[in-house]
Amino acid sequence: MSDIGERVKKIVVEHLGVEPDKVTESASFIDDLGADSLDTVELVMAFEEEFGCEIPDDAAETILTVGDAVKFLEKNAKS
Amino acid sequence: MFDLTGKTALVTGATGGIGGAIARALHRQGATVAVSGTKADRLEALKAELGERVHVLPCNLADRAEVEKLVPAAEAAMGQLDILVNNAGLTRDNLFMRMKDAEWDDVIAVDLTAAFVLARSAVKGMMRRRFGRIVSITSVVGVSGNPGQGNYAAAKAGMIGMSKALAQEVASRGITVNCVAPGFIQTAMTDVLNEKQRETVLSRVPAGRLGTSEEIAAAVVYLASDQAAYTTGQTLHVNGGMVMI
Repeated sequence: MSDIGERVKKIVVEHLGVEPDKVTESASFIDDLGADSLDTVELVMAFEEEFGCEIPDDAAETILTVGDAVKFLEKNAKS
Repeated sequence: MFDLTGKTALVTGATGGIGGAIARALHRQGATVAVSGTKADRLEALKAELGERVHVLPCNLADRAEVEKLVPAAEAAMGQLDILVNNAGLTRDNLFMRMKDAEWDDVIAVDLTAAFVLARSAVKGMMRRRFGRIVSITSVVGVSGNPGQGNYAAAKAGMIGMSKALAQEVASRGITVNCVAPGFIQTAMTDVLNEKQRETVLSRVPAGRLGTSEEIAAAVVYLASDQAAYTTGQTLHVNGGMVMI
């Protein structure tokens, strides 16, 4: 994983309390990692903070897997 | 008990009788308080009276753009926002059949929509910190209804439903969302009643008197406190026994 990928993974592990090896690119936050809908809102907030960018609601709705988040942030991260 | 030292609070409608009492009570318990309202001079007077730990944030809640900016302004002034008190409200009474669209819209905008926008805005930071208290001042009328107040009753009932929905969403994050429902309280709103109206009102109140703003503020202090952590989605009725639900 890229640097951004590693940082995303760290946030997901910390926030959801899951095993690091479960956090693969294709892992779905809700189906594979046990997140509820409020967790996904919080993850988006955590990504915004970590990467210094805004994730608009319509973009947030398309971030379903770890890979989706990494892809979005590789394009939009400011820090 | 009910110590709020180190906590920060935003009170809307702090120029009114109940809002002012709430701001004073939260401040007395140790909280830093941002007072909001439309009359800047009265907010400044409240600040002068209370001294330190007070911020003045004028805001017209009928203006959606201004409402959006209020919580960020409170967070900027105080570092974070722990306690939101949606107290501001207005009435535009009229018989249902005569009620103008504008009378309906004005009341819904200030009494309900502003509370929604502020809560949505405040809950973000509260989720991050795993702590928050949202207390909305509704009314006995939101539960009992009242002739001439179709708009006000709808807004106040809406506030109760909204609070219950939000309470369920964020309870696991250490955030509670509750309402306080005053009955007849001695304020500028009730000072306009004549002797006969006053008698009629009191005949419906087992306690035999109007309530005080301080008695509403005490309920808010409780709901804002750490001790109320397990109380959420509730409406605390403070009405001298006028309606018992």
